[in-house]
Formats: sequence, C-alpha cells, structure tokens
Amino acid sequence: MKNNSTARNTSGVTKLLRIALYSVLLIMAFFYLMPLIIMLLTSLKDAEEVRNGTLLSLPGSLNFDSWSKAWSGACTGSTCTGISPYFLNSFKIVIPAVAISTLLGAINGYVISLWKFRGSNLFFAALLLGCFIPFQVVLLPMAQTLGWLGIASSTTGLIFVHVVYGVAFTTLFFRNFYQSIPGELVKAARLDGAGFFTIFYRIILPVSTPIIVVTVIWQFTQIWNDFLFGVAFSGFDSQPVTVALNNLVNTSFGGKEYNVDMAAAIIAALPTIVVYVFAGKYFVRGLTAGAVKG
Amino acid sequence: MKTNIANSGSEKTQSGRPARFNLADWMPKIVLAPTMLIAIFCIYGYMIWSAVLSFTNSRMLPSYKFVGWDQYERLFNNDRWIVALTNLGIFGSLFILICLFLGIMLAIFLDQKIRTEGALRTIYLYPMAISFIVTGTAWKWLLNPTNGIQKLMIDMGFENFKFDWLTNPDMVVYCLVIAAVWQASGFVMALFLAGLRGVDGDLIKAAHLDGASTFTTYRRIILPSLKPVFFSALVILSHIAIKSFDLVQALTNGGPGYASDLPANFMYTYTFTRSQIGMGSASAMVMLGCILAILVPYLYSELRGNKNEK
Repeated sequence: MKNNSTARNTSGVTKLLRIALYSVLLIMAFFYLMPLIIMLLTSLKDAEEVRNGTLLSLPGSLNFDSWSKAWSGACTGSTCTGISPYFLNSFKIVIPAVAISTLLGAINGYVISLWKFRGSNLFFAALLLGCFIPFQVVLLPMAQTLGWLGIASSTTGLIFVHVVYGVAFTTLFFRNFYQSIPGELVKAARLDGAGFFTIFYRIILPVSTPIIVVTVIWQFTQIWNDFLFGVAFSGFDSQPVTVALNNLVNTSFGGKEYNVDMAAAIIAALPTIVVYVFAGKYFVRGLTAGAVKG
Repeated sequence: MKTNIANSGSEKTQSGRPARFNLADWMPKIVLAPTMLIAIFCIYGYMIWSAVLSFTNSRMLPSYKFVGWDQYERLFNNDRWIVALTNLGIFGSLFILICLFLGIMLAIFLDQKIRTEGALRTIYLYPMAISFIVTGTAWKWLLNPTNGIQKLMIDMGFENFKFDWLTNPDMVVYCLVIAAVWQASGFVMALFLAGLRGVDGDLIKAAHLDGASTFTTYRRIILPSLKPVFFSALVILSHIAIKSFDLVQALTNGGPGYASDLPANFMYTYTFTRSQIGMGSASAMVMLGCILAILVPYLYSELRGNKNEK
C-alpha cells in the first residue's frame, strides 16, 4: 500500500479476483435456484408444451390448470382427490405435534438446567442419543405399540410418534437456552415463596420468546417434511402430504403428467418455504444450534 | 453444575428438623417423569426390542423363536443388502466430501464482504427447508433422459450429449449424490459462515500485520480454528447419509431394479412389504451400529471438552 505502483497493480488483480468471486457465487446461486425455476416453469405449461418443449422453454401462456388438478383432481394411488386432503392432514398432524413437543421441551429444559437433581444430567445425555438413532430401529416396535394403543394408522398415532421423537430436540434447544439463566434468579424467587410453576410462568417463559420461535420453526419443518413415519404409520385417511406427493408422482395411471407433478411438489413445499422466507433467521439459528451443540 | 437448588428438602433434614414430604421438591421430578419414561421406553426399549427381533425367525409377524445370528448371516449373503451397503459407501463419501468442499468454499467466498450476501445466503440454504420428497420429485424430472437435461442439451445442438444416469444401474447412485448435495451443501455453508464470524478478529488483524496473505490467513489460522465446526458438519452429514430414505424413495424408488437401494430402503422393504421382520431388524441394527460408531466418539469428545471448559 505504501508504494503507489504496487497498489495499482494489486487493485487490478483484486478487481479480477472480485469478478471471479462474484461469478462463482452467482453460478452457485443458479445451481440452487434452477430446480425451483424449472419446477415452476413446468407447472405452468400444458401437456403438449411439456412433451415438445425443453426444461427451459417458456410456457406459451400462464396456465394454472395443472395447479388446480394437483390440488383437487390428480390421482394418488387409486383415489383422485388431488393433494388437498393430505395437505390438510399434514396440518392436522403438525399443529398439535409442534405445540405439544415445544411445551414439553420447554418444561424439560427448565427442569434440566434450573432444577437439577441427581441423574438429571444423565437423563439429558440419554435423551440426546435419541436425537440421533436411525428411526429404522424403532419402526417395528412402534408399529406394534400404536396397534396396542389403538391409534395405529390414525392422525393421533402420528402426532404421538412425532411428539415422542421430537421431544429430544426441543428439550435440547430449551436446555441450551436456559443454561445461560443464572440459578440465583430461581433461588431468589423461591425465597420469595414462588413455586415451580409460578417461576416458570412468570420469570422463565417471558424471556423465552426467541427460543420458542426457533423451536416451533424447527419442529414445523421437521414434521412437515417427514416421510418415514408418514409412510410407515399413516392410514388411508391420515396420510401426510409428503406421502401423497410420492404416491401421486409414482402413479402412472393414465400417463405421466409432469406439469401436475411439479405443481403438487411446489404445493407440498410451500408451507416450509414460506416459513423459511419470512423467518429464515430463526430457521438458521435452529439448524446451527441443533448442529453445533448437539 | 454444582448449584443444586432443588435439594432444599435435604437441607432441612441436615438442620435437624424432621424431613417431610414436600410436593414442591418433587415437582421437577414429577414433571420430567413422563418424558423420561417414554424416552427410555421408546428409544432404549425399542432398540432392545429390535435387537431381540433380529435374533428371531420373525417373518410376517414378530415371533420369539431364537435362531442366533442366522438373520445376520442371511443378510450379508443377500445381494441386495450388499448393493445397499456399497451404495451407502459411495453415496455417503461423495455426498460428505462434496458438501464439505462446496460449503466451506461458499462460506469463505461469502465472507469477503459481498454486497448481496444476505440474498445469496438465502438462496443457498433454501433447499434445506424442503422435504427430500420434493427434492427427489424435482430432480427426477431434471435427470430423466427423455425430457430432462439430456433433451435440453440435444435441442441446444449438442446432438451426442448423453446424460442417462437415472436409468443406468451403474450410475444411478450418483444421481442421489447430486440431489442430496443440492439439498444439504447450503447447510454446511451456514455452519461454516457462523463459525467464520466467530473467529477472533484481532487474530486475523495480527496475521495481516505480519504480512500474511488472505489465503495464508485462511489456511493457517482461520480454518484450523474451525475444527469443531468441521467435526460437527462431518457427523451431521454422515448421519443424514446413513438415514437417507425419502430421497431414494422419491428419486429412484430404489431402481432400476434395486441398483440405488440404500440400507434404510432395504430395511423398509424387507420389514413392511416383504414380510421378513427378522432380517429387516437385523439390517436396522447394522444401521444403528454404523451411527453409534460415528456418534459415540464424537459425543464423548464433546462432553469431555465441555467439562474442561468449566
């Protein structure tokens, strides 16, 4: 920098490097965006255009027929109701499962970090392992248990499964968050006569908003995107949207309609994409918190 | 770690007053109990249950007639399982390597005061919010030789262009790699970017003052300090690889034939559609073994590291 000629020289090289840098970043952006763009283009074409055009050819006119067919007319397996009933099923599973697992996680995290007792850390370590086991190990025993409980192939059964295997993660999130709350705070409140739930409700919960948002978003994404539990434990009436989408795409009855497949795929992805776009910051925080701390 | 505020009950006994049952002291345990019981039953109980089943001759229904290691023997003599394991080896190592490479590269590039960083970050990471089923459906369309990328290139004038991996039994596993990398590499980027932002700024300044180039600073100072992030990413990626099920189901459905099966798909097929519960359980136990082999050393070092900090 002290020498003028080298400075000019470096800035020329730097400029070239910057251009290269931006090119790589933009090419990669294209790589990530391309499938979504092509899905969107394909979903707006009619059957003729899909057959004769290429991936990148533009639809002749904006044609939303395949969207309405995907929503309410396409065949998944032997029924032709579109994916709308399954889309609703997913919500019926996701909303209670997220609410219950988040609430349990908050209470568990509160106990594990602020009301430690002998064995609570051991329990936490044991629970942590539950975040990581391959769920193939629990599929068959869980199928039997659901049968005994009389909730096999039902929405209730799926909610139960998602709560059971989601609680490990939600507890982890809340425990790590509450770790930073000083124990003296709880001690002082106890001396003032506040009980277990009063402290939770009046002191802890009001400061928990950020971690609640992170947990709800994480759980929502996980459960919405689940396929394994959905395909193993759902019945005909309780299939989540991921299972229905897979059936729809693999139903070859009456010829393949790629435009309908793509529209259905976008519909199935829409809720989590919307969450990501509007609350991406929290989504990323959940991902990295679950990853780095876990 | 040492402040034990829940123990006021025993303090009373120490000070001479009679201990009496105090609901408040039991509250934390009572509250934790349901999760504890269910977790122990549904995680550890089921693990043992599956392990037991893997030593029985269960077929369509669980039976408890023990046959020793027979199911494992049959499993490893099963060509389809060997294909699934080999696929996991190829898929797993390529997926992990490419994700790490792309993720670290993008994180470092984005760390160069890029003006549109926020937008680019959002674009790189959005696939992570999508279900593997959607990813599989999308890539199935892109990779399919009759209408997909192959046709696009031919129509653009490259008449001999051939890209039929999806229908080629020898290449189909690489299709899984492409789609999985597309979905998860942005996640590695996010992990490393968070790590890079956490590196002590003074350290970097000092290196620059000593005349180190940006490249050297990254290679010698910044990246080595991100070792923990690297190991987290490694563990998470291998975990994703071993558990991969949805992607195969949506992208190839295991085909052509069973050329693109992964262990998770093998397990599902044998347990639920082929009525081979014993062998299915054995395959699940092998998967569990793989994950534990990666996880236990990692958790051990993590927990030990935490203790040293405190």
